[in-house]
Amino acid sequence: MEDDVKKFLYVNRKAPYGTIYALESLEVVLIGAAFDQDVSLAFLDDGVFQLTKSQDTKEIGVKNFSPTFRALGDYEVTKLYVEKESLDERGLTLDDLQEIMWEDEDDDYEEKPSIRIVSRAEMADVMADQDVILSF
Amino acid sequence: MKFGIVVSEGPYTHQASDSAYHFVKAALEAGHEVPRVFFYHDGVNVATSLSVPPQDERNIQQQWSAIAKDHGVDLVVCIAAAQRRGMLDENEAKRQGKDAHNIAEGFRISGLGQLIEMGIETDRLMTFGD
Repeated sequence: MEDDVKKFLYVNRKAPYGTIYALESLEVVLIGAAFDQDVSLAFLDDGVFQLTKSQDTKEIGVKNFSPTFRALGDYEVTKLYVEKESLDERGLTLDDLQEIMWEDEDDDYEEKPSIRIVSRAEMADVMADQDVILSF
Repeated sequence: MKFGIVVSEGPYTHQASDSAYHFVKAALEAGHEVPRVFFYHDGVNVATSLSVPPQDERNIQQQWSAIAKDHGVDLVVCIAAAQRRGMLDENEAKRQGKDAHNIAEGFRISGLGQLIEMGIETDRLMTFGD
């Protein structure tokens, strides 16, 4: 079975609202989780806004789907790479993002953070390491 | 080589579905395999049987339907994305109580699992988007 496992990376570059890409990306991630592949998510450019906390969409009449990111750990999606330069360019820090945790069953179910802040150069390495990249 | 193709923008507004079509055609002519094309986001609109472009323009849906017919390429339209955008096949129209369906010949409606499966089973996955 191990041979059948590919490394999938979902690249999120757009703001959560304004276009549907972010929402429909998350839908692929949730369905894809059932396929037991090695899944990572990348957030860069305006895509970093997808992970911000306290999103309130009431005034635009669109569903706030940001709580779903906190459920990704239950789907064994535990690697969320966030590009530091994209945060910096938008005046954001890790504190502006939701706390997204996963339980490591190999480590006494210890809660660990899913978000990994990486530099632009490290993000390039993450991408180069993948088998399948889906860009949104 | 085995290519999986994703089309993620709608026809005519964006060049994505044209570029994907030209790529698939060239790949097949060069002896490569393209087992499946997956239409997502507004890309699902490529599959409408109701588009009537001017006669001196390309008909994007017909070009794709011909590729499916001539080369057996599996043209899959994402069901979730399709339902949002008013793209229904006969079964779905019946199930949802709608009075019309509009999935052109050669296309079929199915789930996002088909996209993941395509990523697993092909050598390269290419996305044609904005």
